[in-house]
Amino acid sequence: MIHAAPDYDAAVIGGGLVGSAIAWGLARVGQRVIVLDEGDIALRASRGNFALVWVQNKGNGLAPYAGWTLNSATLWPDFAQELLDETGLDVKYQRPGGFHMVLSEREYEVREASLKRLHAQPGVPHYEWEMMDHARLASFLPDIGPEVVGASYSAWDGHCNSLRLFRALNVAMQKRGVDYRSNAAVSDVSHTAGEFRLSTAIGEVRAGKVVVAAGVANARIGAMVGLDVPVRAQRGQLLVTEKVAPFLHYPVSTIRQTDEGGVMLGDSQEEKTEAVVGHKVIAVLADRAQRMFPRLGSLNIVRTWAALRVMTKDGFPIYEQSSRCPGAFVATCHSGVTLAAGHALTVAPLIARGLLPEELFQPFSTRRFHVQKAA
Amino acid sequence: MSDIRDEYDVAVIGAGPAGMAAASLCARARMSTVLFDEQPAPGGQIYRGITRSPFSDRSILGPDYWAGEPVAREFAASGAQYVPRATVWSLTPEREVGVSIAGEGAQLLQAKHVVIATGALERPFPIPGWTLPGVMTAGAAQTMLKSSGIVPSGHTVLAGTGPLLWLLAWQLLRTGASIDAILDTTARESRARANAHLASFVLSPYLMKGLKLLREVRRRVRVINDVTAVEAQGEGRVQTVAYVCASSAMPVQLPVDNLLLHQGVVPNVNLAMSVGIEHRWDGEQLAFVPVLTPFGGTSVPGIYIAGDGGGIAGAQAAGWRGILSASDIVHAVHPQAAKRAAATAQAALKRFTRGRRFLDAYYRPAAQFRQPAGDTIVCRCEEVTARQIVDTVALGCPGPNQMKSFLRCGMGPCQGRLCGLTVTELIARQRNVSPQEVGYYRLRPPVKPITIAELAALPKDEAAVKAVVRI
Amino acid sequence: MFKRPREDARASLRFTFDGAAVEAREGDSVAAALLAAGATPCRTTPVSGAPRAPYCMMGVCFDCLVVVDGVGNRQACLVPVRDGMAVESQRGKRELGA
Repeated sequence: MIHAAPDYDAAVIGGGLVGSAIAWGLARVGQRVIVLDEGDIALRASRGNFALVWVQNKGNGLAPYAGWTLNSATLWPDFAQELLDETGLDVKYQRPGGFHMVLSEREYEVREASLKRLHAQPGVPHYEWEMMDHARLASFLPDIGPEVVGASYSAWDGHCNSLRLFRALNVAMQKRGVDYRSNAAVSDVSHTAGEFRLSTAIGEVRAGKVVVAAGVANARIGAMVGLDVPVRAQRGQLLVTEKVAPFLHYPVSTIRQTDEGGVMLGDSQEEKTEAVVGHKVIAVLADRAQRMFPRLGSLNIVRTWAALRVMTKDGFPIYEQSSRCPGAFVATCHSGVTLAAGHALTVAPLIARGLLPEELFQPFSTRRFHVQKAA
Repeated sequence: MSDIRDEYDVAVIGAGPAGMAAASLCARARMSTVLFDEQPAPGGQIYRGITRSPFSDRSILGPDYWAGEPVAREFAASGAQYVPRATVWSLTPEREVGVSIAGEGAQLLQAKHVVIATGALERPFPIPGWTLPGVMTAGAAQTMLKSSGIVPSGHTVLAGTGPLLWLLAWQLLRTGASIDAILDTTARESRARANAHLASFVLSPYLMKGLKLLREVRRRVRVINDVTAVEAQGEGRVQTVAYVCASSAMPVQLPVDNLLLHQGVVPNVNLAMSVGIEHRWDGEQLAFVPVLTPFGGTSVPGIYIAGDGGGIAGAQAAGWRGILSASDIVHAVHPQAAKRAAATAQAALKRFTRGRRFLDAYYRPAAQFRQPAGDTIVCRCEEVTARQIVDTVALGCPGPNQMKSFLRCGMGPCQGRLCGLTVTELIARQRNVSPQEVGYYRLRPPVKPITIAELAALPKDEAAVKAVVRI
Repeated sequence: MFKRPREDARASLRFTFDGAAVEAREGDSVAAALLAAGATPCRTTPVSGAPRAPYCMMGVCFDCLVVVDGVGNRQACLVPVRDGMAVESQRGKRELGA
């Protein structure tokens, strides 16, 4: 009996920033890909992001994460260029350097200690960062308020237009023949005779490999392919203003001005699982923003977002291949924008070849949680 | 200073006929009642300017308008706390109301019951050129007339369908204003289908009034029937309007200074949807309407919707629905009075909702005016066209929220009030599914803009600070 | 084009629009007064620079945005005219104030 080959080399479960970046990256190296996405109203973490491509303070507690982030930031300019060439869409990646501003001496001390601790870890690549006091910061950001004590700065930090990034990835996927399906929730995955059979809302799909990039659903879906993926939903709220004439030329970790003119204010981390907006958190966000830049006070907020971040146990990404079902991979993180380049240009080609090398990805496997448990 | 308290028994949002009636009844029942409204004077849209009309001649606006005067008087005498120039920007399912009062900043208050009476707004009318200066809604012209006595001059053309279009024409004629033409887009098929409801319309209060008004307008104004396409044209402002109708093979152009558009009104859903109140697509009203109990209760306990926000039924019905919701609220403290008020309101409502289905069917806006094509702007705020939306559905985008992410439609300050229905219908048609399945924009507070300074001044607690300042 | 009623018992007010004097009456919204004076468009959009003027007159369309006494993006149809007010057209994106 002749077995028909599966229709796809890879089925990517999840069409958010992680799934889309990987799907495009797979298609880019010649794979036949299907993306199985949910519907219009779903727990879409990707819609609630702050659009930062951020390096500073990443990796405290997991040194390889610093290098992994730096890898993606290094790839970002080429990544943006490729998307522009393929789709005509400019995702407006800019790297002017970024600031994390603090409003008290205590915040300054904690920030400085955190960065020193991070960079003292063995295995963290050397890159420049700096603590600035109010006077030095004011030479970059003249509009800062009197309560601003200072900031940490890194020349590696930047931002992009993340909605345009998402759209560019979708257009690019389409151009490369990726089969994108919405309202295609996955209810079961079985692994037989070297291929995967997915039961979905649009029927059965057969693929040689499976990439689980389904955000908060990673735990449920990962289990179908022998992967234990401890993720939880963590609420984050953002505020967005009306369009304003350009005035903020550097991204700040909690305030950035988009290329369209709106100013985004963030962000909260709440252990809540409903994506609803809360008055008290909004008040704190607005208050801190106003204290950082008093001139923001008269601007109108026209929109708020409450999205559910995908948080792993320790906040660091999980990249792992299933040993029970070889050919099944999981990719999850909460910095889907920063890591998009790495996902598309580093992770995807490796998945295409069927293997995530231990040297690079062992620190990001879920075995690190079991080690902690045993210790 | 408005002296807003921290807590009220009842908060009413909107000072139109429904809101005023609801607030009056609750206040009379000795429940602490506050009514917030954006405008500087009560009346909402339909009774705009009722307490400070520039008109001494009452025949211009007509008796239906002046019927709002006793409603406003009763509201003023009822003991309800009236707060004008107050924008409600947020409402939680737990009934915490966020309001911003002109000159006073933002405040939060708690209400045991809330009546959302924010009424309706004009259905979007996306024709080519509808964003040109000089193109406005019929409602806009009515508002200027009612508030300031200002009327269009020069070449004025009305275009569209629906009772309010004819009412405006009638009112303008009574001021002495001239109307060059009415481009009637009422579809032939709609007229035919409406006959199914003719019997109840004949028995309704709308028949005689409507016919009289229509006859008078048709006698004095040139009416072009069976108009199937309308386009506003001009550089920098509208200069001509082009139309296609059944009786002319080629488009006809008319010079125009004011092009007034109207194809019905639809519920203003933004506040209600932002609370999470369940809505469903109504295929007859061609809009999303809240799912309501007979007393206007919503899927969120303690929150009612009264008036056209609950589905379009007109000013008279709105007042009775306000009373009905209020009777449910005061029932606990005044059961007998509440029961009587409810019975009266229910009987009156039967009368005033009779004939509405006929009007809905007869004046059903034709598909080409709800689902534009090509370079016609759909989202006015972000200048997104119909073609862009249709092309993005082809990318696999299933609904308005993904569409928002891709194209920014719905991200402007109007929060989809002028594009939401169009976007949903365009996606539905492209995907060949119902608007109910496609859904609507996911709305969140603030439903009206509010400054960072006002938000910053609101109370915070340690948990909120901890969630933001992570050290 | 709009015209005012022959008789208007309301008090006269004056404000400026882009520096030029505009007559108004007590109770007029800024938008109504601008339309009556023929002073439109009142803004250009931040997206394409297209000219816009008031559309809905009830606070939902956000096309009537103007600068009032130095504060940008005010909805002219929701702002009552005050004697001596300085109104300017909203050209594109709002300027960050003081």
